[in-house]
Amino acid sequence: MSQKILQCNNVCFSYHSLTGETHALTDISFNVHKGEFISIVGPSGCGKSTLLSLIAGLNTPESGEIILENPAETKIGYMLQQDHLLEWRTIYSNVLLGPEINNSLSKEKEELALRLLKDYGLYRFKDKKPAELSGGMKQRAALIRTMMMQPDLLLLDEPFSALDYQTRLMVSADIGHIIRQSGISTILVTHDLSEAISLSDRIIVLTKRPATIKKEIPVSLTILNDDPLAARNAPEFQKYFSILWKEVSDEYSTANQ
Amino acid sequence: MNTPQQINNNNISTAQQLYMKRHKQHHHFVTLMRLLVLISFLILWEVAAQMKWIDPFFFSSPSNVFTYFISMLVDGSFFKHTGITLFETLVSFMLITVISLVFSVLLWYSKTFADIIEPYLVVLNSLPKSALAPLIIVWLGTGTDTIIVAGISVAVFGSIINLYTGFKEANQEKIKLITTLGGNRFVALKKVVLPSSIPMIISNMKVNIGLALVGVIIGEFLAARKGLGYLIIYGSQVFQLNMVITSIIILCIIAMGLYQAIHFLEHWYLKHK
Repeated sequence: MSQKILQCNNVCFSYHSLTGETHALTDISFNVHKGEFISIVGPSGCGKSTLLSLIAGLNTPESGEIILENPAETKIGYMLQQDHLLEWRTIYSNVLLGPEINNSLSKEKEELALRLLKDYGLYRFKDKKPAELSGGMKQRAALIRTMMMQPDLLLLDEPFSALDYQTRLMVSADIGHIIRQSGISTILVTHDLSEAISLSDRIIVLTKRPATIKKEIPVSLTILNDDPLAARNAPEFQKYFSILWKEVSDEYSTANQ
Repeated sequence: MNTPQQINNNNISTAQQLYMKRHKQHHHFVTLMRLLVLISFLILWEVAAQMKWIDPFFFSSPSNVFTYFISMLVDGSFFKHTGITLFETLVSFMLITVISLVFSVLLWYSKTFADIIEPYLVVLNSLPKSALAPLIIVWLGTGTDTIIVAGISVAVFGSIINLYTGFKEANQEKIKLITTLGGNRFVALKKVVLPSSIPMIISNMKVNIGLALVGVIIGEFLAARKGLGYLIIYGSQVFQLNMVITSIIILCIIAMGLYQAIHFLEHWYLKHK
């Protein structure tokens, strides 16, 4: 495997409120390599999103450490569950929000934005407001906004969960494809097991709260191209699905006891 | 986007035409009835005064008001008094808007500051502001300053509280988005909180313009030698009820005009956003 880009060592995190403390993560350790696509699955509310916001630096772990191998040169892109496009801006100016915020707005950035809009089939809609776009298009616009940061590590927090099923398949295939081509390392949080199998190189299963790593499952599917839709028909798909389902459903049944 | 207005006129179905017609009829009927209410009130008032059902010395009459209004136009007192009241109201309104925006942004920016200040704001907001007027007169004397401060004092505390509450309701996830793109709280304010609060800020302005007028009139009652509030209080003291009622009617028209001005601003914003 190629070089490491991120290391999580024994990361612990709790939420505090006046009514008490909620342990979200205990002793999470894993690595991400360059160009690798990792999915994190686990019961709902187990702290998957928390892990992403720790990696993104929005929160600091209570103990343990999160190390970027090359902090100066590793840019992190974070895509949230909803598109959160600002409804008073056009798609084009939404996409340019990142460069606008860190004062890096330049001719090249504008060209990059136009190129990405073309690549992702949104060029025609660049002067429209978000309300005029479908859910799938908005999600793609949100991806462009993230990609404008030219990230080396992409964090995806259930980015497809707000979409209906068909759109979800299409958009996840699209986005999977785009990410593969760009060679960006990715961590995807999802509760859709098929999505995890079809997109990932490795799947990390978390236990119920306080989450620890239950199992790491490397995925290799025999398909000709990186098409996530074709991946669902790969002969190994069912096998992975059964393994994952067993791991995850164990967590649900113990959670309900 | 295909909005219904853009459908070609030739293609309107009969059902749609009927609906449009009914809508128009209802609209005309309402306008007509509104005018009728006003006209019957004026006629009843005039007749009652002419027939001595009411004493025109105390209750005036539409014709007296009209005559008095003409005399005000002729001697220029209309422009002097209305102008000063309008000026004071607009200055108070602008200062209220600026002060409450600045303060509510500070409160939003620092939760600790907001927690410290909150009880004082609540007390100042519930205090009847007319109780402050004599104090302001002692401090600032009788003049335009006093009246503008009186106008501000009526609206500013409530306005700060409302704006702050509105800012707090800005979408937290959108603020998180700004953080993921590398922006700090100030950037979140500029890019998310303020733009998403514009409709709320405008409706807050609608309330403030009315309250500013209330404060200015209270101020003029107590500490002025000109303005509509002064005319009302002076007229009542010398039993010039024509003067009082004419001033009140002018005040009604000003209040309506100012409200409509903000209303137009709102429409303009909704059209151009």
